[in-house]
Amino acid sequence: MISFKLKTTLSGVKIVGLTVVGIGLAMFAISQSTSVAERVIKISAERYEYSPAKVTLKKGEAVILELTSEDRLHGFHIKELGIRADVLPGQPVRVRIVPDKVGTFPFTCDLFCGSGHGDMSGMITVTN
Amino acid sequence: MINNRQRREFLKLAGFGGVVFASSLAGFPRRVLADSSAAAISPQDFHFVQMTDSHWGYEGPNNPDMQVTLPKAVEAVNNLSLDPDFIIFTGDLTHTTDDPYERRIRMKEFKQIVSKLKVKNVHFMPGEHDAGLDFGTAYREAFGDTRYAFEHKGVHFIALDNVSDPRGLGDQQLAWLETQLKTLDSAARIVVFSHRPLFDLFPQWEWATRDGGKAIDLLMPFENVTAFYGHIHQENHHMTGHIAHHSAMSLAWPLPAPGSKPKPKAVPWNPAQPYAGLGVRGVTATASPVAYDLLELPLAKGAQAS
Repeated sequence: MISFKLKTTLSGVKIVGLTVVGIGLAMFAISQSTSVAERVIKISAERYEYSPAKVTLKKGEAVILELTSEDRLHGFHIKELGIRADVLPGQPVRVRIVPDKVGTFPFTCDLFCGSGHGDMSGMITVTN
Repeated sequence: MINNRQRREFLKLAGFGGVVFASSLAGFPRRVLADSSAAAISPQDFHFVQMTDSHWGYEGPNNPDMQVTLPKAVEAVNNLSLDPDFIIFTGDLTHTTDDPYERRIRMKEFKQIVSKLKVKNVHFMPGEHDAGLDFGTAYREAFGDTRYAFEHKGVHFIALDNVSDPRGLGDQQLAWLETQLKTLDSAARIVVFSHRPLFDLFPQWEWATRDGGKAIDLLMPFENVTAFYGHIHQENHHMTGHIAHHSAMSLAWPLPAPGSKPKPKAVPWNPAQPYAGLGVRGVTATASPVAYDLLELPLAKGAQAS
């Protein structure tokens, strides 16, 4: 098991720690350093949807997902990858990932946020 | 003091016969015949009723008879042949709403309905539908603390709040739990109530408590611990080590078995079998042996208790 601890940058943006279970299952990897050239994809959460709800990534390309909330506490959970984060208004969270496998990976809000909570989801698609 | 006849009558709950689910420390809970469960009755033995997930205020196809369901459950409990010592509601008393005013209206209406319960010793707990959107503010106004402890006939009851902060119990509450347990002997009889399961029943459906394992770790040194919860709208029984966890049927709509469907959507209402899968639970607590006999009382007409 490879674990990465929470890291907070000077700008107050959190880099979320990830836990990748099992080398063979590690479809996404995270590096210890952050390059300024890496693409940042902003995903905002607001009851009961993510915007954008569909994100396409290229296999092998390191990207940073910058998660924000427009209204209240939401979760961001990619079950297949063991990635999750708490997203509070005014506190952007950054998740750096390097996809190493093509496929589709749904993400969901896993912190109860109201009547439409069960349908709050999106999809990451990784292509060659 | 209750006698064996009264005990059996309670177990039959309003005339229903059948089997009783017995939770004891002797391994996984077992089913026993109600009429044969004539364990010695002591003054320390008693009964209580668990009601849960009434979702008052919901309007929709999951339960077209919502206006009737909760009053019907209140009537069923009032008609028990032996009054329980107390009643506990384990959360989701009301259905969620984004409108804080409407949330308070629903809580007020809920209180009016359950005020018709004959037994006045009633404890409440929040579910995420009551308390998840405002960190329990409206709930506290209507019902008081979201976590608390009380003692009844030698049993230490602890109600944990794993919903008003969607992230879990939190370190502060875990410290509070540790304080509650510090004064107890390892043989103390402990019953824990929560809305969500404290263990990972099916985390993909949020049928878990993120830091529930820490609470279980605190409880593990104690020999006599049993947990009751709601949230999953069905009866379920699970062991974490020697600790038994029992969920109860809902008073709104049943949900599918853990992981049996892509999403935890309500089991469709069946007009031919209204109230199917809904019910309340009777619990008989005995001191010697330490055990909790459970009887699930369905609301559906003609259904058998189990």
